[in-house]
Amino acid sequence: MVAVIDYNAGNTRSVMNALSRLGVKAELTSDIDVIKSSDRMIFPGVGAASWAMDELKKRELIETIKEYQRPFLGICLGMQLMNSFSEEGNVDLLNITANKVRLFDKNVGVKIPHVGWNEVTFSSDPIFKNLREKEYFYFVHSYYVEYSENTIATCFYDNVTFSAGLRKDNFYGFQFHPEKSGEVGEKLLKNFLEVSL
Amino acid sequence: MLAKRIIPCLDIKNGRTVKGINFLSLADAGDPVENAVRYSQSGADELVFLDITATVENRETLSQLVERIAESINIPFTVGGGIKSEADAYKLLSSGADKISINSMAVRKPDIISTFAERFGSQCVVTAVDVRRNESFPSSYEVYIDGGRTPTGIDALSWCKECQERGAGEILLTSMNADGTKAGFSCDITKKVSTNLSIPVIASGGAGTMEHFSDVFTFGFADAALAASVFHYHEIDIIELKRYLQKQGIAVRL
Repeated sequence: MVAVIDYNAGNTRSVMNALSRLGVKAELTSDIDVIKSSDRMIFPGVGAASWAMDELKKRELIETIKEYQRPFLGICLGMQLMNSFSEEGNVDLLNITANKVRLFDKNVGVKIPHVGWNEVTFSSDPIFKNLREKEYFYFVHSYYVEYSENTIATCFYDNVTFSAGLRKDNFYGFQFHPEKSGEVGEKLLKNFLEVSL
Repeated sequence: MLAKRIIPCLDIKNGRTVKGINFLSLADAGDPVENAVRYSQSGADELVFLDITATVENRETLSQLVERIAESINIPFTVGGGIKSEADAYKLLSSGADKISINSMAVRKPDIISTFAERFGSQCVVTAVDVRRNESFPSSYEVYIDGGRTPTGIDALSWCKECQERGAGEILLTSMNADGTKAGFSCDITKKVSTNLSIPVIASGGAGTMEHFSDVFTFGFADAALAASVFHYHEIDIIELKRYLQKQGIAVRL
């Protein structure tokens, strides 16, 4: 069973729909016991970082997430929250990886938020098996995770190469929305569901 | 490169897709869910659904339809038409729409833009702006509401800027002069709006040929282009269009 974390954070429905199209048993939950007994955890999110951290604290989910041993996937804000600090509200995050979340520079002529389909370049991580070297994914965000040793996929926008994908041990994160990225997104979600650590 | 988006638009009446015939009557054009799935599998980057009945009784039908669409497609979609309150917007978003679009209501009660942006996030809020050429306005275009029936006396560019300041995430800009002509998008006003705003602009109205799309991206600086009939009637195939645009050096998702 896949536990999709329910912390009042937007796009959970589209993640549940995507899992249902893949024929996977999933539960939208904030119940710690259910999460602990799951085979996979998906941590979606749309919204502001500081607000999301407060919601996690209220539900006492922070330790449960950090101590999770099986494959974990943070999506969009969910991936950003895996890091140490966000410029969005200057808030401390889960600190699974030690990177910072930064605001795009708003260079002249560059539209912020970064909305739409952009090209993502992958590393050789097994989660990208059966995908082309580069694929288009759907993004909607104004903040990005800086490039680091945890970066497993990159994207270029507003003069910066940022982390489109992160990994530390069993923790994966994607800045884009695989659940809204057509066939390629579905393949990637399927890969996450099948990845063995 | 961030890809330029191609967005088919579907008109919905009483839960069915409809197509205009010679601008007079409407013909049933099938189940919106089936149409949406077909588009999502044939290269569309996003979809827009406009409910043209938009009566109170139809809100329930619409949100049920949105639920079915969300279950069936794996690309983002926007729903518009008759959204009058936070409750209307919430219902559509919680049924699975990624974005909602507001038009006349935003002009009548501009606070609704900020209210929606704060409650749901700017990324969910598209303001649809219908404009008609009028040289006496600073940007040479005036904003119209009520499906193009009512002139507002508001300048197109200044209204689009206000939408951005109030928290809109995108502008869906329809040129009433171009709409239905198949003679090309209005690149002049699209360029004015797109280059003066920091949020994406979706150009709409006038698509007839593949070259028109190339023009609105190159000369209109549009971030996305929306069309209905050329896609409905299979006059333009989306994948072919994207291959054509790619040859012109325009970034598209293929």
